[in-house]
Order: sequence, then structure tokens, then C-alpha cells
Amino acid sequence: MTITRRDFIRSMALNSAAIAAATMFPGIIFAGWKPTDLPADSIKWSKTPCRFCGTGCGLLVGVSGKRAVAVKGDPNCSVNKGLCCVKGYHSIQILYGKDRFTTAYVRKDGKMVPTPIDKALDLIAVKMKESIKKTGKDSVCIYGSGQWSIPDGYAASKFFKGCIGTNNVEANARLCMASAVTGCLTSFGLDEPMGCYEDIDNADVFITWGNNMAEMHPVLFSRMLANRKSKTHVKIIDLTTRSTRSSQAADKSILFNPQSDLAIANAICYEIIKNNWVNQDFVTRHVSFHKGKTNIGYGTEDHFKFKDKAETVSFESFKTFLADYTPEKTEKISGVSAENIKYLAALYGDPSKKVTSFWTMGMNQHTRGTWINNLVYNIHLLTGKISSPGNSPFSLTGQPSACGTVREVGTLTHKLPHGVVMKEGDRKMAAKIWGVPESNIDPKPTYHTVEMFRALDRGDINFMWIQVTNPMVTMPNLKRYRDGAKKDGRFIVVSEIYPTPTSDVADVILPSALWVEREGFFGNSERRTQHNAQLVPKPGEAMCNTWQLIQVARRMGFEKQFPWSQETYIEDIWNEYIQFHDTPKHRMASYELLNERSGVSWPYVDGKETRWRYNGKYDPACKDKTYDFYGKPDHKAWIWLRPYEPAAESPDREYPFWLNTGRVLEHWHTGSMTRRIPILHKAVPESYVEINPEDAKAMGVVNGTKVKISSRRGSVVMKALINGRGNPPEGMVFVPFFDESYLINEVTLDAFCPISKQPDYKKCAVKLEKV
Amino acid sequence: MPIFSFLAYPEKKMKDQLIKDLSEMQYCEVKPSENQEVLILLTDTPDEETNKELINSIKELQSLQSLSMTFGHTDLE
Repeated sequence: MTITRRDFIRSMALNSAAIAAATMFPGIIFAGWKPTDLPADSIKWSKTPCRFCGTGCGLLVGVSGKRAVAVKGDPNCSVNKGLCCVKGYHSIQILYGKDRFTTAYVRKDGKMVPTPIDKALDLIAVKMKESIKKTGKDSVCIYGSGQWSIPDGYAASKFFKGCIGTNNVEANARLCMASAVTGCLTSFGLDEPMGCYEDIDNADVFITWGNNMAEMHPVLFSRMLANRKSKTHVKIIDLTTRSTRSSQAADKSILFNPQSDLAIANAICYEIIKNNWVNQDFVTRHVSFHKGKTNIGYGTEDHFKFKDKAETVSFESFKTFLADYTPEKTEKISGVSAENIKYLAALYGDPSKKVTSFWTMGMNQHTRGTWINNLVYNIHLLTGKISSPGNSPFSLTGQPSACGTVREVGTLTHKLPHGVVMKEGDRKMAAKIWGVPESNIDPKPTYHTVEMFRALDRGDINFMWIQVTNPMVTMPNLKRYRDGAKKDGRFIVVSEIYPTPTSDVADVILPSALWVEREGFFGNSERRTQHNAQLVPKPGEAMCNTWQLIQVARRMGFEKQFPWSQETYIEDIWNEYIQFHDTPKHRMASYELLNERSGVSWPYVDGKETRWRYNGKYDPACKDKTYDFYGKPDHKAWIWLRPYEPAAESPDREYPFWLNTGRVLEHWHTGSMTRRIPILHKAVPESYVEINPEDAKAMGVVNGTKVKISSRRGSVVMKALINGRGNPPEGMVFVPFFDESYLINEVTLDAFCPISKQPDYKKCAVKLEKV
Repeated sequence: MPIFSFLAYPEKKMKDQLIKDLSEMQYCEVKPSENQEVLILLTDTPDEETNKELINSIKELQSLQSLSMTFGHTDLE
């Protein structure tokens, strides 16, 4: 076949136009031409962790020219093995929303004025200096995120704690994972799960405690289903306060009254002991028993303080304590039949069954969150079902780097990258690595998140820098904190990608680089660190959050502590950071290895990942080949005697319903990204209140009826949903919080676990009125 | 022999009209997208002057919002 020169040039012209269109509109189709006609080498594929949840799926992002045009699961990532969920498959679209911040803004006479970013950074430094000079170093704070890349959190910690000398560093993971942290620390002396996702492939029984994995960790749930399909004896038991898609897929779904998980866990232990299912050898050698304070309050008042006190007790004391938690007594509190409690206990107690317990916000966003974490660990410790393949008590993380950035870097008021501010040795180490005087690092923690926003409201803090989170939607008892942020004399800096209710209250908005627009690291639920290179250009003046912090730190005179070049600062930060963890208990992989692989778990020792901690068969930090809970001085795991105590606010005659809040599969957190992905937005365009059909019938409410949900703090009017994907029991309603048009947190209560300081978003009392 | 290609964006709800308008113009070939509000336009004119007049005419179409050039070729004299 011959082709004329003219035809050839016409063909080139058409192809050029088609390729240009394809980069701007992924999936575009022209009659007679499809994107698959693109030559195979025109898309470059690179690995990255997914931007969304704490599962930490590995993705491959396809870039053509300067644009991300395609995404698929990374088959080399052991987390998901090439599978993604609906959010992952659409993730690259978060980069290209029309109203993306590409320039900085400064508030002048009530209006946000576009401002060159250098000028905005100058202003931030000036305002910080002013505030410190006028009111002291603790008048400034930073509020970051479990979606911070690891270098972001590290730079924030070094800048605020090491240089300025304030412990006013908090992150939104206080709202999602703090109870998991304190649960680990009180039971084991060290943070983060001892198991890994391989437990899913090895378990015989899965018990999910108040979490909806089918929607919240769908890829992991798929792995559970795959295990069950391959082995007929595998069971999934859904222990829940509300029926969900997870309930539909489970072999058995057991509904319990809110807060009564405390009693249920104790009752399971009662049954295990009564039936001689205790692993006596394990308990004798590796476990000690302790009790703490009780009637510990709920933190609803300003300046609330609590310090627990541990007392060693005996196994006999534990048995006596559990006498209040017979299955029959627990049935009265929990609504779970004695028969079902015994059934659960039998699953845990059967020595031939490997049991994995999964939980997330149901147990962590709980006014006794630390306690319920302890109590589920108690069950696994009593039976010796821990730190071995398939035997795993496992708190799943919500955010992609709540572990990597908040828990491991230590971006909480009391934490350092290694240890805590209260310990001299830990301060010494930080001072040495950071190149600051030891006296810079304050030994006294200041404010946890709720108290930090209370301090902003009171005026004890008047400068707040918010990065990668949306507290003006997510803070519980929201109205107080939104009003507080808008008071005179407050200066709020917001690093964001899109307009949100939080950027609405800002005095300065900095445009942030998002995900694959900058190099970074995330750390997922199973202690796996994943690296991404920068894959696409940053839009406009958008700047990496780490670099924003470095720029302001330098303007405040800390050039020596932040000397790195723009070309290598992420690598430099990684190499500095990992010095904090350089022991077999926590060693991290090198920068080069993380570049090469689709994630590496820590501890990474002598070329191997430690998949199960505290078990000498797998963990080189153990003193011998048996179990060694080396986080505790006695090298034993602690069983805690923790009682049932009621919720901070329960339904009563005036407010007769429980309000439970959470997420849906399609949307991530407050929706600022996923609501800008058309297909996800169209799938669930608006939030709603789930009402039980019987309650709805009694109120004369049908699907779509407007209902006013009111608490002692505020109210929201939204549309009812009956018999949707979730179904609360009678006397409970559920609202997903992804839609900023419905600020459900104006209704919730800022009560928290006194130990972890994590608020309870699952339980407060409301009334409903048909509008 | 000036040959150019463009992405042509119609005014709101005027994609069909733009397709019609461009198809009726001499020296134009139109390939509409099946799933986006954008067309590929190919112009192939005998000389520079004709090309210039054509582009000016296209830009005056009420149905056209904007035109982005994606390829251009002219033979050197």
C-alpha cells in the first residue's frame, strides 16, 4: 500500500490532536480512533502507594507527557497484588479538579487575594515571630495529618519541637488512631501491630470488632473472602453496632449495644478461663496482669487531665474481676445473647483455630478506646494467639500514613521520632540528630488535638498552621471550634489543594503539591513503608508541604537545621530520620531500597523484613527463639483489668437515638478529593441519615424525607435513607461525614478517651424530627 | 499546503451545531469525540492566505468556544 506525503502529514496531524485530547481526558474516544492505538512506549508506568486509606495498596500510575493518564494495581506490591478498590482505580483524577489551588492567597480586608507564594511564606514567618514574641512559643502550633507524607511530619516536628521549642504539634490521627497507639503501648510497651497482612492468608477465623471492612478496607476484605473461598472451614464473624455490607458477606453478624464491646471482651475472657481454654504455658511465661484507675471521666471540660496508675495484680484477681462478666450478665448490657458470647469465646478458645481480630474506628473512636484495645489483646494473650501467622489482633489504620508519619515520626504533643519528650534520653537523641540545643526540646507535652482547638478558642494559641486535613469539618462539637478559629487575633495558615470549609477560615492559603506531584513516603497499617517519586509536575505555584515548612523555618533563622537542596531534600530527610530508628526493634529500609521496591516493612534487619514481632522465630530483636515482649521492662505482655463503663452521653427521653458517624466506600474522609471525581461523586452525591425502617415508620418518614437531627450541641437537616447499604438497629441513626454541606460534627460530642485523648464519633444522643 | 489540527471546544450545548458548522466549511475535516465535549478539527488548505481566511471564519462561529492547535505544517517556499 502506498501513502502520499499529504496523507501522511494529515495522519500525523490527526494523531497529534487525538493524543493531546487523551492526555487531557483519560478514556476519551473518537469515532474510528481509540486510545489503545497509542504506541506502548508513550505511557510511562511508575509505582506509588495509593493516596487514600491505610491499607496501603500499591499502584502503578501511567504518565503520558506531563499528565497522569492511567492507573492500575501494582502486581509487585504484596498488599494488594494488583487489585484496587473503586477509589484507587480513579485516584489520578484527584490531581485535575478545576478549582485546584495553584497560587497562594492572603486575606486582606476580608477577601482572599492571590499572592506570590514567596510573599505568603514571608508573612507566615512574620506572624509566627510576632506571636512568639508577644505570647510565647506555645502560642503557635501546627496541626497536620495521617495523610502527611513522612518528610512533611518530620520537618514539622523538627521545626516546631526542635527549633521553636514548642510541643504544639498534633495531627488528625489523634482523631483516628490514638487509642490504637495507647492500646499498644499499655499492653506491649511499643506501638504498632505485631502481625502483618499475611495473617489474612493464614487465619481460620476472622472477627471484626465494630468495623465495616467491606467498605473501609475493601482490598483486605477481598483477601479475607479469597481465603474463605479457598478453604471451606474459614469463618468471618461480624461483631457490629450496625448492619453493613460487611455483615452481608459475613458468616455470622452479631449486633451489640454501643459501648458494650467492653463487656463482651471481658465475657469472652470469662468463658475462656471457665472452659480451661487458657494457654497456661504462654500466660505463665509471657504475660503479667495489671489494673488501672476506673471512673476516669470523658474529657468534655477544658483543661481535663488524667494520668493512669498501673498496679500489678495476679491471675486470680483477674478471674475475680471477670465474675461480673458472665455471658448471662453481659447479655443484659450488650444485647448479645449468652449463646453468641459463648460461641465467640469458643472460636477464640479452640487451640486448632488461628484467629485474627480486626478493628478500626469502632474501637478506636471510643471514650474507652484504650481499654477496649487492651481487652481484645487480653483475649489473644490468654489464648496465646498472637505474633504468629494467622493469630493476630490487628488495629487497621484509616489514613495512608497515620502509622508512617504520625505514629512513627511522632507528630503528637508528647512524642519525638524516637520516644517521648518527657524522657531525657529521648530528648538528647533528638537534639543530637537535629543539631539543636537539648534545652530547646520542652520536656512537657502541651495540648492534644481537642485541647489544642480549645486553646485556639480561648486565645491561648493564636497561630495555627493546618496541613492536609479539614478540621472545620471533622472536629467533634464543631461549632465551638469553627467559631474559635474565626475569632479576632487568630492567624490561620492552611496548606491545601482544594477549597474547603477549613481554607474558608484561613488568613493564608498555601497551594500544596498533591501525592505524585512530589516525592514522598507513606507508612501503612502493617508497618510497610512505601516510596513514590515525583511523577507529574506541580500545578502553578503549588509547593510540597515539606518545602513550605523548610522555607518558613529558614525565614525564622533555622537555615542550619534545614540546609538541604531542593533536588535532594526528601532523600536527605529520609537519611536523617531513619537514624532515630536504628535498632533491630525498628530499623527502616534505606532510601535506595524503598525506591526500588513496592514497599518494605520495618523492622528491616540484615536484609529481612520482620513480619511478626515479639516472636523469636521471626523477630531478630527477641532475646531467644521464644516470645519476648521486649517493649515492657519485664519482657511480658500486660493483661489489663478494664471494666465496662457507659458512654459519655447515652440516649434518654429527650434525645432518644444514638448517633453513629463514619464513611462510605466511594468517598474519602470529608470528600474534598473524591467529590471532585465525577464517577465517585455521582455514585454517592449527597450525604444522608440512615434510619431503621421501624423507626422511620413510626415517624412517618420515607426515603428522601428531610429529617432534623439535633443534639445538645447543634442540629443538621438531611434526607433520610432507609434500607440502604447500611441498616442501623432501632434507636440508632448513621450519617456519613463526607459531605461538607451537612456538617454532622456540629451535632457530635467532643468527649474522648482520657488515656488516648481520641474523641468518640460513634456515640452521642440525638433526637429526630420530620421536617 | 498548510495542514493543521486543533481541538475545538463548543459553546455549552452546542456540540452538534459546531459539528454541523465545521462540516459545512471547505477544507475542514471533523472528528467529534464520542464521550467528551470536544472535537478534532483538521484543516488542509492550498496556501497560506486561504488558511488564514479559513481560521478567521472558524473563529467567528457562534458555536465555537475555543480552538487549541495541536499540529501545524506548512511547506517552506
